[in-house]
Amino acid sequence: MKSSAMVTPRPAREAVSNASPAKVAFGGVSFSYPGRQALSGVTLDVPERRVTAIIGPSGCGKSTLIKSINRIAEIGTEVKVEGRVTIDGQDVYAPGVDLVDLRRRVGMLFQKANPFPKSIFENVAFGPRIHGASRAGDLDQAVERSLRQAALWDEVKDRLGTSAMELSGGQQQRLCLARVLAVDPEVILMDEPCSALDPISTARIEELIEELRERYTVVIVTHNMQQAARVSDRTAFLLNGQLVEVDDTETIFTTPADRRTEDYITGRFG
Amino acid sequence: MDSRIESKIGKAGTVPVVPGAVRRLRRGRWREVFIETFLRLNGFIAIAAILLIFIFLFKEGIQAFRTIPAGHFLQSQELDFDNVPQTVRLWQPVGQNPKYSLIPLLLGSFLVALPGTLIATIFGVACGIYLAEIAGKRTREVIKPAIELLAGVPSVVIGFFCLATLATFVQDALGTTFRLNAMVGALGVSLVIVPVIATMTDDALRAVPGYLREGAHALGANRWETITRVVVPAGASGLVAAILLGMGRALGETMIVLMATGNAAQVTLNPFDSVRTMTATIAAELGAVPQGGEQYRALFLVGSLLFVMTFLINLVAELAVARMRRRLAL
Repeated sequence: MKSSAMVTPRPAREAVSNASPAKVAFGGVSFSYPGRQALSGVTLDVPERRVTAIIGPSGCGKSTLIKSINRIAEIGTEVKVEGRVTIDGQDVYAPGVDLVDLRRRVGMLFQKANPFPKSIFENVAFGPRIHGASRAGDLDQAVERSLRQAALWDEVKDRLGTSAMELSGGQQQRLCLARVLAVDPEVILMDEPCSALDPISTARIEELIEELRERYTVVIVTHNMQQAARVSDRTAFLLNGQLVEVDDTETIFTTPADRRTEDYITGRFG
Repeated sequence: MDSRIESKIGKAGTVPVVPGAVRRLRRGRWREVFIETFLRLNGFIAIAAILLIFIFLFKEGIQAFRTIPAGHFLQSQELDFDNVPQTVRLWQPVGQNPKYSLIPLLLGSFLVALPGTLIATIFGVACGIYLAEIAGKRTREVIKPAIELLAGVPSVVIGFFCLATLATFVQDALGTTFRLNAMVGALGVSLVIVPVIATMTDDALRAVPGYLREGAHALGANRWETITRVVVPAGASGLVAAILLGMGRALGETMIVLMATGNAAQVTLNPFDSVRTMTATIAAELGAVPQGGEQYRALFLVGSLLFVMTFLINLVAELAVARMRRRLAL
């Protein structure tokens, strides 16, 4: 990585900058945990039905940034949030926000695939069940649809009753994606979803992201700059909790405006 | 491998070393070998102790069969006043025709241990879930030591409390015929095993990886749904282990049951009857019988049986914990 030249970005589809309305917007967001400020004054628009990559060195606040969207960052700790995080213009930190509904609309994939120690079927049915689906036919349908969308159906259709823990790492991550898709989200957050996967599994997830872009707004945190270049339309570079630069991915990887961005993507630090 | 390293160091010149360093290294190595051996021995002592207890118990217990026919441990014949033989199931080791039926003792033990475990499970599991999943850090820091303190109360004190206070309360509240009965013992025993179950439930649930909770929350599950549908099922084997270990403790508890259950060895399934447990029988009688006699050996047989039962329960509990670790791929 250190010696590699600039990463070749995917060919630009269209200039995204002004083409797509913001699905998620950060307006001067500062986010602190007890004794540590993770984000300071981040302003960022995440366009609808596009893939936005968040890159930056470890500890720069990438994870906090996406976990502040579905308000997972605040679980089990006290946090202070300033500024506004909005989805479709609605502030997710406004009093009276229904967290259950928020998290149904904003699904998330984690760094480590985290299937529940239940059967494959029950994993995918988990979301629909807690959101009120109970008719067996509906569940079956939702499970099949989601597994197909996550390109896992053909591999598991004959063993839906076996434990999810028996799947390989890559399959587990696709199962988690199916689990997210089953609740019909609008935004999908991914926190380094391929960091524990082999190259082939990674490629499959990336293919899926490619397909997801048509229906969902995807925000992916990644350590892997090639990945950011391959899968995203927009790329945001975060450093020490501050947004350094955000632009179309092609621009970021070819003609970054900020010296620090260039240093980072050419591997001079990070 | 160790010796190879040493020989290399020993042959001066193979490895460039400062004079004196070799000696220091050797001395350090000996110290390490000594500490390691000492610790290993301690580990084996535990196993040796269990084996020795096992051998000792069985050596005595098995001899009971030399003078008492095996069937008599279930039931024996007795002539009634009309000289008609009657089948009786009694533990009456003293007298002209001693009877050694283990049935009243087994029933007594289970009439205390099962309700005791049930009561302790309800409170212990609830308490463990609260500690692991709901209590804040500060609350936890107060409650956890308090529970451990309860575990440290001498069982004779709890027995005394059951005998003097709880028994009256139970009788007033439920109108039981016998003031001291299995249920009073069960309540007392549950006091002792609630801490066991609560602490182990807490441990089991805290061993459930945080990313499972995060995953559930991210799908929109609220705290209750996360606990009941993800965390508790994931830690279920650990909970089973907690309950089984509690039950093992309940079966083995002696002082409380000796004081609180009324000590009447009878064949009953009514938890409000006076009963006599296996442990209480051993504790009450062993000190007063001649060593090596028939009753002495019969009591050792009771002890052996108790040992086997608790051993099996603990074994299943260990297997449950191992299963949970495997399932969660910890």
